[in-house]
Amino acid sequence: MTAPTTRTSAALVDYVTGLGDDALVLSHRLAEWITRAPQLEEDIALANISLDLLGQARTLLGYAGELEGGGAGTGRSEDDLAYLRDEREFRNLQIVEIGNGDFAVTIARQLIFSAYQFELYSALLGSADETLAGLAAKAVKEVAYHRDHATQWTLRLGDGTELSHRRMQAALASTWPYIEEIFDPADVADALAALPGIAVDPATLRPAWAAYVRPVLAQATLTEPRPNRRTRGGRRGLHTERLGHLLATMQSLHRAHPGASW
Amino acid sequence: MYGNIDRIEPPDAPSDATSDAPADGDGGGMVAAARHAEFDRLIADDQRIEPRDWMPDGYRKTLIRQIAQHAHSEIIGMQPEGNWITRAPSLRRKAILIAKVQDEAGHGLYLYSAAETLGVDREDLLDQLHAGKQKYSSIFNYPTLSWADMGAIGWLVDGAAILNQVPLCRCSYGPYGRAMVRICKEESFHQRQGFEILHTLSRGTPAQHAMAQDAVNRFWWPSLMMFGPPDESSAHTVQSKAWGIKRFGNDELRQRFVDMCVDQARVLGLDLPDPDLRWNAERGHHDFGVIDWAELNRVIRGDGPCNADRMARRVGAHEDGAWVRDAADAYAAKHSRDTAAVA
Amino acid sequence: MSGQRGWPLWEVFVRARRGLSHQHVGSLHAPDAAMALRNARDVYTRRGEGVSIWVVPASAIAASSPDEKDAFFDPALDKAYRHPTFYDVPEGVSHL
Repeated sequence: MTAPTTRTSAALVDYVTGLGDDALVLSHRLAEWITRAPQLEEDIALANISLDLLGQARTLLGYAGELEGGGAGTGRSEDDLAYLRDEREFRNLQIVEIGNGDFAVTIARQLIFSAYQFELYSALLGSADETLAGLAAKAVKEVAYHRDHATQWTLRLGDGTELSHRRMQAALASTWPYIEEIFDPADVADALAALPGIAVDPATLRPAWAAYVRPVLAQATLTEPRPNRRTRGGRRGLHTERLGHLLATMQSLHRAHPGASW
Repeated sequence: MYGNIDRIEPPDAPSDATSDAPADGDGGGMVAAARHAEFDRLIADDQRIEPRDWMPDGYRKTLIRQIAQHAHSEIIGMQPEGNWITRAPSLRRKAILIAKVQDEAGHGLYLYSAAETLGVDREDLLDQLHAGKQKYSSIFNYPTLSWADMGAIGWLVDGAAILNQVPLCRCSYGPYGRAMVRICKEESFHQRQGFEILHTLSRGTPAQHAMAQDAVNRFWWPSLMMFGPPDESSAHTVQSKAWGIKRFGNDELRQRFVDMCVDQARVLGLDLPDPDLRWNAERGHHDFGVIDWAELNRVIRGDGPCNADRMARRVGAHEDGAWVRDAADAYAAKHSRDTAAVA
Repeated sequence: MSGQRGWPLWEVFVRARRGLSHQHVGSLHAPDAAMALRNARDVYTRRGEGVSIWVVPASAIAASSPDEKDAFFDPALDKAYRHPTFYDVPEGVSHL
């Protein structure tokens, strides 16, 4: 196998970092539900999903750091990447950083994103990059469960009471604008060009994603929104104002003690 | 169990095992006596009482209260530690802390399930908690002011809990004992992770060492209070021991805890904030200072630093989540035939 | 309104490994079977202890009554709430 060029390496670092940041930020949002969930069983379920995502984040960011160092061990650690980058260096999609809102907003976000992750990791099973393929093998089982959890709740909130239906419909309205960005290949075009067979073109995932999500909404008696706006830029470090506050909380203690071990 | 929670209060009408009315009418007296004798025989034989066995009303009520308060302690206990999840200073520590708090929720559920075998509904128990009629361990009314508190809680609070919990694995009431076996198995990592946090901090930067020492200074005395008042002023100990619910006295467990911690504190390189703490060769144990029982009483009565916050969070989550639970019920009712099958 | 009284109670049975039978591990609340199964997975198999999970509405369980014979019931009678001891004593845990 030919040694990776600088361009390939940089593209791969960027690509892996983006996937890792998605998992890291969403994990953090879900952990915010702990002690606040509607029922103890949901404190446990959401913590479970948060832990799965955190595990994915650690593997991905750890790998990104390794690649950075070119295998010489001089790259940044998972903690360096998580705690010492500023907002403009984060590569996550915007959907994962939005606030939890009420339980319906969280479930809407979960439905959209875990269904996407299922298609993503399914596709990454065939990646020529061993680490990504290996991670995908584990992660696809985890996100299958995440997607199922979101589906069960979408059905119950959509087809539950009038109040839950209204809230779930409103949650769809507020989260649907974030979908275009997920499947837009523009911001990962460089990675796709530089990493054939390694990175996955997100546009190719959309049909399967829609084929899953649409029937769920229909069964839940929900209407698919038609947003008149879309978000963009997360993969280029352009985020909503919420990410800054999230990172301020997440990073504060670590940054207060530079170089310390925990 | 996170300590003996309400022993300071004067007992309600004294629990009188012989005052239980028999379920039957005629011949009720003889049947009741026979049932009671069987219950006593099982207890004397160190056998287990199971959910459908006859039991004195006082036994049942004591257990419901104790198991429920243990369950409440687990779920309220999620809050002080949950307070540091979003600021955990490394991804590894974050993962461990989330897993620990998740375990506590699970333990709460096991215990509510055990209490329900005695004929109560979890919703009723939660109502009692929310109304302040049932309590939770007073240790959770203290704030977690630094990351090092995660270490102090794991080392001291979980350490104390384990000392209380291991004997409960042999509680006379089967479902409670079995829940405790399950909990003890899962709990072993909790104390270790707390110890490890403090060990790392103690050997870290001067600021980290100071953080660790400060946490121990704040949590030491409240941890000793977790074992409840001295046996001489503990109202229910005698009866609970007779019923096989309580196996050891408060003072004995507290002494074991102190002896254990002195050695561990040395390994940690941290001091215990008690100038009267010293080895007593005659007794073969460590002497320690006088506990401020007035403080424990205050905190139990609601005048602790975090009582209001803990309840507000708990009640808030419950009330805010009502519409979600209602939705799940409504869906189940609409689809009762479909949802009986595996989805 | 059922929402105020909480979700119905389910008893949970887990087969931890192939070759063993399902063991009663406890109970939980869920609005229906689909959620009960998922909750059981989250609550009772966090450490990977599950190959197969059964959930049964507690109301569906018929149990023999200890009153059927006399006060000294025969422990060999098959009971729905029989709990075979399947827990190993954790290492290092000393019991009196």
